[in-house]
Amino acid sequence: MLKKISFFISSFFLLWLIVAAIPPFQNTGIKVSIQRGEKVYNKVCLPCHMADGGGVPNMNPPLIQTSYILGDKTKLISIVLHGMTDRVAINGDYYSNNMAPHNDLTDQQIADVLTFARNSFGNKASAVMPVEVKSVRSKKQ
Amino acid sequence: MKKFFLTLAATIISVLLVQAHTTANNDSTKQKSTVIIPDPGNAGLILPKGFGALKVTDAYGKPRHIAVTPEGYIYVKLARLFNGKGIYLLKDTNGDGRVDAATGLGDYIGTGIALKNGYLYASSDENVYRYKLNTQHEVITPNQPEEIVHGLLNRREHESKSITLDNDGNIYVNVGAYSNSCQVQDRVAGSPGMKPCPILDSAGGIWQFKADQPHQTYGSGVHYAKGLRNVVGLDWNTQTNSLFVMQHGRDQLHDNWPNLYTVQQSAELPAECMYEIHKGDNAGWPYIYYDQIQHKKILAPEYGGDGKKTAGEDAINPIIAFPGHLAPDGLLFYTGNMFPEKYKYGAFIAFHGSWNRAPLPQEGYYVVFVPFKNGKPTGEWEVFANGFAGKPPIISTRNAYRPCGLAQGPDGSLYVTDDNKGAIYRIIYTGK
Ligand code: HEC
Repeated sequence: MLKKISFFISSFFLLWLIVAAIPPFQNTGIKVSIQRGEKVYNKVCLPCHMADGGGVPNMNPPLIQTSYILGDKTKLISIVLHGMTDRVAINGDYYSNNMAPHNDLTDQQIADVLTFARNSFGNKASAVMPVEVKSVRSKKQ
Repeated sequence: MKKFFLTLAATIISVLLVQAHTTANNDSTKQKSTVIIPDPGNAGLILPKGFGALKVTDAYGKPRHIAVTPEGYIYVKLARLFNGKGIYLLKDTNGDGRVDAATGLGDYIGTGIALKNGYLYASSDENVYRYKLNTQHEVITPNQPEEIVHGLLNRREHESKSITLDNDGNIYVNVGAYSNSCQVQDRVAGSPGMKPCPILDSAGGIWQFKADQPHQTYGSGVHYAKGLRNVVGLDWNTQTNSLFVMQHGRDQLHDNWPNLYTVQQSAELPAECMYEIHKGDNAGWPYIYYDQIQHKKILAPEYGGDGKKTAGEDAINPIIAFPGHLAPDGLLFYTGNMFPEKYKYGAFIAFHGSWNRAPLPQEGYYVVFVPFKNGKPTGEWEVFANGFAGKPPIISTRNAYRPCGLAQGPDGSLYVTDDNKGAIYRIIYTGK
């Protein structure tokens, strides 16, 4: 019985491995996420970070090759969930506006918008998964 | 080759003109603009017929406001330190109109700069300083500013402390509100407005101080006007002997109140207002905003408004209501003699340009003119200098030149700064 179950599980796992290893599948996954993410971006983020991701000088930072957009996903997710009012240097410059929390967005929407931003405006970085957003959301700030 | 000879001829003629001019006119403070040659294509600016423009420099950081001395020397206050300095004195020593000498002073950033009665006034984002000038309008002791005002609130949002002076020994300082609409949570969708708004006792208004007394702060100044969200451009009108200000209207009507405002409404509303200010005036922020389409003061959604309910009976009305989000950063009443009669005593306004009009194309990024007589507008506003952001539609602010400060030169030239790429333009009337 146990053997049967473990065989079942491991073959499932194997199948998953094979599927995940096939690039076209992964690509369409990320592609779809990027497409959905663009819609979220245009509605929620574009007013401040602008259509070209270039931001507004001295006011809203760019999302182009910043250490945040390309960097640690936990920090990045938490910026979207909790907002940002740190006034730290972002690629050497300071910005005066406040970014509000966007915790009304779903895990999927946040994963999509960040996957979009990490693969637009000249950026290239790995996708953000809804489970990663979920885990950051569940952590106490 | 032909082109070369043409340029050569033009250069020779202009040199001759300069010489003829300097010999004919010994009054060194009064320069005729005929000797200054505009840049080819007017440095990218689009101007009314008869005007020309040159970029006097773009090499000194991010200039915010600007003041020009009777000698034609330029002082600029910088938004970022440039080689460790926050103020620059820029000179044109060879008379071609372009900057060729510079001295930095002050180790603080800021926006405000003004010349009055033998002093240079400059503001950081918290304090106001002044420096005594010699007869050539150069700072005598650059390392010893006299602190006039200190301790003004800087919570980074709307941090600029713009300044202007009257003719009775007073200086007016803007303290912007560190908030969009005094919500419990700034810029969070649906967050209600705080009532009463606790920001209003120390920000969101204009304070008046004595121009010659050290170490003043809130208690020692006069809370001159309330309910102004953020003023960057302001000027003392010598015809009416009163203060005029340009308010930056609130942002994000749609982002924060999507059930009440469409994206189109949110892109156009509310107005960017010009107010004439008298002591004790209240312009109504955050409880109301001015709707330039309905021509009414409307209750803000944070305080129960729905885009139609009016309020603010005690709040003053604007002198002019411009479309939303254009971001007026400079105001100047023109008193010079160089420009045609129409411009005398009229208002120039430098619009920094919008970011909050997406998904509609961005607007602003130009200098506007409004004709005035005796302190009242006598006609519609018109775009005077355009082209700062290139060809429309404008979707990127990052790559635009952004008009910010305005000043009048001794000959009546109009100077315009750009605080993004660092250009300083000089606009002259050539009649051609
Ligand atoms: C109200 C304007 C506003 C909106 C809307 C907004 N942001 Fe921001 N964002 C800011 C500001 C201002 C900062 C910098 C705050 C600071 O310096 O403390 C920032 C910082 C960031 C940063 C980190 C710094 C950088 O440039 O890499 C990221 C990433 C970011 N925002 C992504 C987003 C995303 C994704 C959205 C949409 C879900 C969004 N923002 C919506 C204004 C905004």
